[in-house]
Amino acid sequence: MPRILGVDVPGNKRLEIGLRYIYGIGPTRAVEVCEELRLDPAMNTSELAEADIARIAQHLQERYMVEGDLRRQTAQDIRRLVSIKSYRGSRHQRGLPVHGQRTQTNARTRKGGKKTVGAIRDRAARKQARTDGK
Amino acid sequence: MSRSIKKGPFVDQHLRDKVDKLNSSGRKDIIKTWSRRSMIMPEFVGHTFAVHNGKSFINVFVTENMVGHRFGEFSLTRVFRTHGSVSGKTVGGR
Repeated sequence: MPRILGVDVPGNKRLEIGLRYIYGIGPTRAVEVCEELRLDPAMNTSELAEADIARIAQHLQERYMVEGDLRRQTAQDIRRLVSIKSYRGSRHQRGLPVHGQRTQTNARTRKGGKKTVGAIRDRAARKQARTDGK
Repeated sequence: MSRSIKKGPFVDQHLRDKVDKLNSSGRKDIIKTWSRRSMIMPEFVGHTFAVHNGKSFINVFVTENMVGHRFGEFSLTRVFRTHGSVSGKTVGGR
């Protein structure tokens, strides 16, 4: 179980798959990295030599934005959108989809689990719901 | 697909003219505009625009961060509504 760039621990997988466990590396970049470093994408990650791991780590930091830096960048971009009070910023703030998707139904990824809303007729139940809510 | 770089950013000409006028005279009047589709240019920074949202004009003070966005992004056309906490008013009491 090699560690590339600190916390990432890909298992016993092909190199091209294992690299994808790094935040910021997807299918395209994983293959790209293999090519650039002349590593066999089909080799098992556990077979990686220490030197290769170091090479991969260095290469990733030089050429791509990954892990912490990328996360920070993304968060910063969102903060900018919120601070200028743009429509997209407000969507981020409210946890609703940003790219114009429908929200009458679906959008569960952004909105989270289902929450039933509606009128509760029974008095006692309503009171209970109110105390549960806040 | 994004817009061709060759064409440059889109800004309605009338809006450009107005800003140019203000810039050359050094004034900072509020510019009323319906042109939500116009992109915010670096020259617009520091001006205030009243951007129509279909019903009324929303004042938008342009800052540096806004360059490259469009006016419509800052003048919301919809009212955001949520269900309040379970309220007795909306429920018909017995």
